[in-house]
Amino acid sequence: MPLSNKQVGHLARLARLSITGDDVDVTRKQLDSIFVLITQMQAVDTTGIEPMSHPQELAARLREDAVTETDCRTAFQAIAPQAADGLYLVPKVIE
Amino acid sequence: MTLAPLFDVPVSALRRALDEKEISSVELANLFLDRIDAFNPGLNAFITVDRERTLVEARAADRRIARNEAGPLTGIPLAHKDVFCTEGVLTTCASKMLSNFVSPYDAHVVSLLKRAGAVSLGKTNMDEFAMGSSSETSYYGPVNNPWKIGHVPGGSSGGSAAAVAARLAPIATGTDTGGSVRQPAAFCGITGIKPTYGLISRYGMVAYASSLDQGGAFGASAGDCALLLSAMAGFDMRDSTSLDRPVEDYAAEIGTPASDPARPLAGLTIGVPREFFSVGLGDETHASIEDALAQYRALGASVRDVSLPNTRFAIPAFYVIAMAEASSNLSRFDGVRYGYRATKYADLVDMYCKSRSEGFGAEVQRRILTGTFVLSHGYYDAYYLQAQKLRRLIAEDFRRAFSECDLVAGPAAPMTAWALGAMGDDPVQMYLADIYTTPVNLAGLPGLSHPCGFDAAGLPIGLQLIGNYFSEARLLTAAHRFQQVTNWHLHRPAPIARANA
Repeated sequence: MPLSNKQVGHLARLARLSITGDDVDVTRKQLDSIFVLITQMQAVDTTGIEPMSHPQELAARLREDAVTETDCRTAFQAIAPQAADGLYLVPKVIE
Repeated sequence: MTLAPLFDVPVSALRRALDEKEISSVELANLFLDRIDAFNPGLNAFITVDRERTLVEARAADRRIARNEAGPLTGIPLAHKDVFCTEGVLTTCASKMLSNFVSPYDAHVVSLLKRAGAVSLGKTNMDEFAMGSSSETSYYGPVNNPWKIGHVPGGSSGGSAAAVAARLAPIATGTDTGGSVRQPAAFCGITGIKPTYGLISRYGMVAYASSLDQGGAFGASAGDCALLLSAMAGFDMRDSTSLDRPVEDYAAEIGTPASDPARPLAGLTIGVPREFFSVGLGDETHASIEDALAQYRALGASVRDVSLPNTRFAIPAFYVIAMAEASSNLSRFDGVRYGYRATKYADLVDMYCKSRSEGFGAEVQRRILTGTFVLSHGYYDAYYLQAQKLRRLIAEDFRRAFSECDLVAGPAAPMTAWALGAMGDDPVQMYLADIYTTPVNLAGLPGLSHPCGFDAAGLPIGLQLIGNYFSEARLLTAAHRFQQVTNWHLHRPAPIARANA
């Protein structure tokens, strides 16, 4: 099932990637090659097989409802692209 | 017999030299740092080396040794794959996205090794976000194979494997999502082990595919891997899939004398899956694996055929699951809280898109796009769910095999290290190289690769041993017994690993 350039554009929007110009064609061809590979899976009848999401059948671990984290805001924001007054700065989203 | 230079002896010999004050940890660190200065420009195995920081750690180790408080790794230099967060040190994951990321905290593995007194020499090069099998997708340029400059070291932990093979570090950490420890170990002629999923904490290990990612250890021998693996393992509350079980002393376990020294592996049954010897396996690799199996028989093991019938679906199932998890994990890189942010953008969404497309390399973007596709509405059942069902079938294959044998053995990769760029523009060509390693990650089993020969071009060949859950000691013991009577693991790439810095 070959992809169209429009579908590549849609996937890129979903994934928050900007793919433009000649890159669209190149990407489409490479994704097509990957899809040929992964479509091989359809050859197997897996009716009744339980999907395996994880190698260990683990239950979620519970802990005491107590504060364990310390405040690291200053250290974390020191490496932010843009921060001020304890806030991360991004382009204005509300006019 | 000439005495081996100190940069090329087992970790146990370094331990003795440190404890008997024949050398200080500072001297040992300088020895390896000088080798990195001399040989790294040709190999590109390291992204970050900080001599001053290394020497601070070495001085602390020397004080600890002087107080007779040394543990097995106190004062021993090592290298960390740049996927592990290191507080105050650049942690790039070989990506432009994290090229400015000085981690504010240590990965669990890093803090365990710091506490053990190991001395970090630096951070090793790798495929970007561990996505690759050749260490060519790094933002910092490809890593060279010490056995042949111009050839790949394997990947994604290629920098760690190349560093150990070239003796720029005695031991190194790595991670293995689909073969990223075992395959570069094979390509570089060293030993590497990926333990059972959950044995090593993933806290602070930059995530690629969370249900597959697992830390691992590189060394020149099974003995060196055993020492490092014991120090990396252990329960960690901060990783929800970390397993709460006692840490084993693998070095002590492999040192236990065999009851029959002439046949030290008597009683061990090795299963050879016929699916690992089908179309695509190189002749020279095949011959070396057969020779290694004959050696295992000579050591007393019995070797029998087993079947892993779903092996051929491992690559598609693996890549669907890995890319799906990657697309989710890598959504955190948005140019807001840390990492790369584009300089020019129109609005918030444009900032996300441009930061991600400028910050991620081509292979990473392909995997994000494919992962986005297989998780999207209308395709989820046909791809993602189908891959998880095949994952169950592959795990069941191993369960059946382990009712007939103790270990499974075969090649680590179908070929030896290829020339840089030889895989071309079709990403699938490289994915196919992961045929023997990905089933192990899907099942969550431990796997080890050790050297067992060379091809006509002088490039190393690796044998893969796969064990049942928590059989790391058995894997390491088998490899150790093999290495006690063979010398494949003692070959070194001339001239690099023989020359003094």
